[in-house]
Amino acid sequence: MTQLLVGTRKGLFVLEGQPGREFDLVTRAFVGESVEFAARDPRTGRYFVAVTSTFFGPKIWYADDLDAEWQQATGIALPKGGDQALKRIWVIVAGEDDTTLYAGGDPAVLFESHDSGETWELNVPLWEQPSRPQWRRDSGGLSVHTIVPWPGDPQRLALAISAAGVWLTEDGGATWRQGNRGIVADYLPEQAQGNSVALCVHGLERAPGRPERMFMQFHGGVYRSDDAGESWTGIADGLPSDFGFPVVVDPADPDSAYVIPVATADRLTPDGRVLVWETRDAGASWQPHGEGLPQHGAWLSVLRKAFDGIGDGPQLELYFGATSGEIFGSADAGASWCQVARRLPSIASVRAAS
Amino acid sequence: MYHQRVAIVRLRGQLEKVAGVSEHRAAGDTVSELLQALEREQTALEGWILDERGQIRQHINVFVNGDQAQADSAVSEEDKIEILPAISGG
Repeated sequence: MTQLLVGTRKGLFVLEGQPGREFDLVTRAFVGESVEFAARDPRTGRYFVAVTSTFFGPKIWYADDLDAEWQQATGIALPKGGDQALKRIWVIVAGEDDTTLYAGGDPAVLFESHDSGETWELNVPLWEQPSRPQWRRDSGGLSVHTIVPWPGDPQRLALAISAAGVWLTEDGGATWRQGNRGIVADYLPEQAQGNSVALCVHGLERAPGRPERMFMQFHGGVYRSDDAGESWTGIADGLPSDFGFPVVVDPADPDSAYVIPVATADRLTPDGRVLVWETRDAGASWQPHGEGLPQHGAWLSVLRKAFDGIGDGPQLELYFGATSGEIFGSADAGASWCQVARRLPSIASVRAAS
Repeated sequence: MYHQRVAIVRLRGQLEKVAGVSEHRAAGDTVSELLQALEREQTALEGWILDERGQIRQHINVFVNGDQAQADSAVSEEDKIEILPAISGG
């Protein structure tokens, strides 16, 4: 049985089902609220939901089971009395020790919890980065939207910020430095290449079996790093478009990555065909997978947190949701797909749990 | 000796649920001061009505004795304050 936590513009939808089949709706929560992200901590089983209330602002909620009353986590706020307010929490991920979690949000903030997500505090060194005034908003905001721990080492972390590039720490967030060498942003003038921080990273994933390797979906470009994010090599050759949002890896294979290319002009699946592209040679070549996915008249938009995997190897399950309210899943590492859910509200995030 | 004016804040819906009370007496000469006092005294409400800048959240409406008010609107003794989500749709 696999559980999907689906964040939508109209609340949280929790689905359950057998891989390779349509899933059942088991729970709704935060009805009518914009649920940006929902995930389950694999260590504790605790559920976390990031909600941006139109009225009451962004909050993180947690519950130990889906029948329990949701509790509001405390500390999710910027320093009082400043000139900015927290706009949104984009992502919540488990850290590498027993009780640490991280949350990223807008305006480009990282929060840490060391008590399993009940209380949080702002990571001040990132908040006070001297280059912050040069960081640029994209249409989705100025966001820490992806947080990538290093398996087994709680001191090392990578962040993706739109639009301020990749940030790395090796001391548990006490200091941060950029990891952007080799990224080419075609929306910047030539003179600004190489020294601008206005880099719009859309997706970032680490290969857990070879943690110095990461894959990136950029705003126009797909990249691989083999040196823990210090430098990046373009690997988009062979894809129908170098534009997209999420990237997922097979934890069993450090040479693997999956992307869902969309057209640059409209951010929709090209030619009305839905294809998931897979590499098994670290980006040297790409193979499309469309079996079971719509191949005619399907103009989908898949947002950056709406693609996830669970398991590994041949049993890797993959799931992605579209803003049109459909979820597709694969039970065989992307070789074939089926529709898991349909007619949901616009989907912002999909996370799989077992 | 100067005493700030004490008004009656009525809480409804989600705010009532979060605070655990439907009414709270808070002191302040303006709506802003009064809401700050409310969040200090009903700590579960921190961040729900005012953002980190101390501004009333964009889609929250505050009424004083039935009239829509602003952050700097004056508050008088025994005024009735209502805090309501704005109209929304879509």
